[in-house]
Amino acid sequence: MTALLARELRLSLRHGADTLAALLFFVLAGALFPLAIGPAPEVLARLAPGIVWVCALLAALLPLDRLFGADFEDGSLDQLLLGGLPASLVAGTKALAHWLTTGLPLLLAAGPLAIMLQLPPPLVPLLLLTLAAGTLDLSLLGTMGAAVVLGARRGGVLLPLLVLPLAAPVLIFGASAVDAAAAGLSPRPHVLLLLAVLAAALPLCLLASGAALRNAAE
Amino acid sequence: MNGRDGSGVAAEGVAAFRGERLVLRDVSLRVPTGGALLLLGPNGAGKSTLLRVLAGLKRPDAGRVTWHGADISEERPPVTYVGHLDAIKPGLSVTENLAFAARGADLGPALAAMDLEALRALPARMLSAGQRRRVALARLLFGMGGLWLLDEPTLGLDAGSVDRLGRLMMQHRAAEGVVVAATHLPLPLPDAAELRL
Repeated sequence: MTALLARELRLSLRHGADTLAALLFFVLAGALFPLAIGPAPEVLARLAPGIVWVCALLAALLPLDRLFGADFEDGSLDQLLLGGLPASLVAGTKALAHWLTTGLPLLLAAGPLAIMLQLPPPLVPLLLLTLAAGTLDLSLLGTMGAAVVLGARRGGVLLPLLVLPLAAPVLIFGASAVDAAAAGLSPRPHVLLLLAVLAAALPLCLLASGAALRNAAE
Repeated sequence: MNGRDGSGVAAEGVAAFRGERLVLRDVSLRVPTGGALLLLGPNGAGKSTLLRVLAGLKRPDAGRVTWHGADISEERPPVTYVGHLDAIKPGLSVTENLAFAARGADLGPALAAMDLEALRALPARMLSAGQRRRVALARLLFGMGGLWLLDEPTLGLDAGSVDRLGRLMMQHRAAEGVVVAATHLPLPLPDAAELRL
C-alpha cells in the first residue's frame, strides 16, 4: 500500500502540471468573483466561505477522470488488482493520493484566497478546518465516481454529474458552519454533521469503489 | 498458504460472457506443476477471456478455477499476468516501473533476464514497442514458481528476446511453475499441451 502510494505521488510529481492545474484553477476561479460582483468588502465577506467552498469542489473534480483512467487504459489496473491488495484498499490508496496531491494544496491556497475575499481573519481557521474534512470527503466521493464511470464513453462528462449531487451535503454543512460562526452562532452542529458525512463516506465509498474497479476490470 | 499438491491450475466447466456474447462454454483444462499449456484458436475465440478468468480478473459465469486444489475466488494464486497492454507508465524509468511489481525484491536478475540493464535509467516513454514488451515480461521474474499467464507474449520481440523468454519459461517450469499462454506465433515451449478454443 505504501509502495502504491509512493508510486502515485511520484507519478503526480512527474506530471506536475496536472497537479498545479487544479490549484491554479481554484485560485483563478476564486479571483474572478470580486471582478464579477464588485470589490465591496461587506458583500465579499458575506460570500467568501461559499465561494471558497464551491471553487474547491470544482477544482477537486479536475484531476478525477485521470485517477483511474490512465491505469485502465495502459493495463496497470489489472496489475494493481492482481498485486494482492483488495480492490477497496487500492481505491483507498488512490483516494489518499488524490487528497495529498489535490486536497492538501487546495487547503494551503484556501487561506490566502479567503483573506483576499475579505473573510474576517478569525473565521479563517474554521474555514480551513471544514475544508480539511470537506476535501477528504470529496476525494472519497470522487474516487468512487471515477471508479464507477471507468470504461464508460464520455466518462469525463458523466463524472461531475455523478459526484456533484453527492457532494451537496458536504458543501451545505461546510459553508454553513462558517456562516453560523460569522453570525455569532456555534458552528459545532454543522462541523459534527460534516464529520458524520465523512465517517459514512469512508467505508461506503471505498467498498463501492472496490466493487466498481473489479467490475471495470472484467 | 498454498497446499502444493502438484495439481497446478485446473478449470472445470468454465463459461464466460463477453458483453452479450458467450465466448467460453464448458472449458475444462488441467496443467500440473512444471507444465505448460498453449491456447490456440482464431481471433475472438476467447483466449484472452480465458486467461483473465484464470487470473481471477474476471469471474467465470459458470464453473470454477482451482490452483493446487483451492478455488481461486477464495484463495488468490500467485499470478503473474502479461496481457496485451504492457502496463508501463511512460513517466517512470524502467527500474521504477519494475520496482512496483518487485515489491522490494532485487531488480538485477529481472533486468538481466530481459537484457534491460543498458536501458534501466531511461524513462519508459523513450522505449520502442519491443523494449516495452521486454519490460512487461521482466515482471515474470518476480512470480517464479507461480502461475504465469501470457497473452501473445512474443508480439514485437526480436529473436534474441524470444530465446531469453524461452529460457525463463524453462527455469520457471523447473521451479514447479505453470505457464498458460495464448498465441498465434510459435513459442519456445517444449512439450506443451495444446487447447483449441
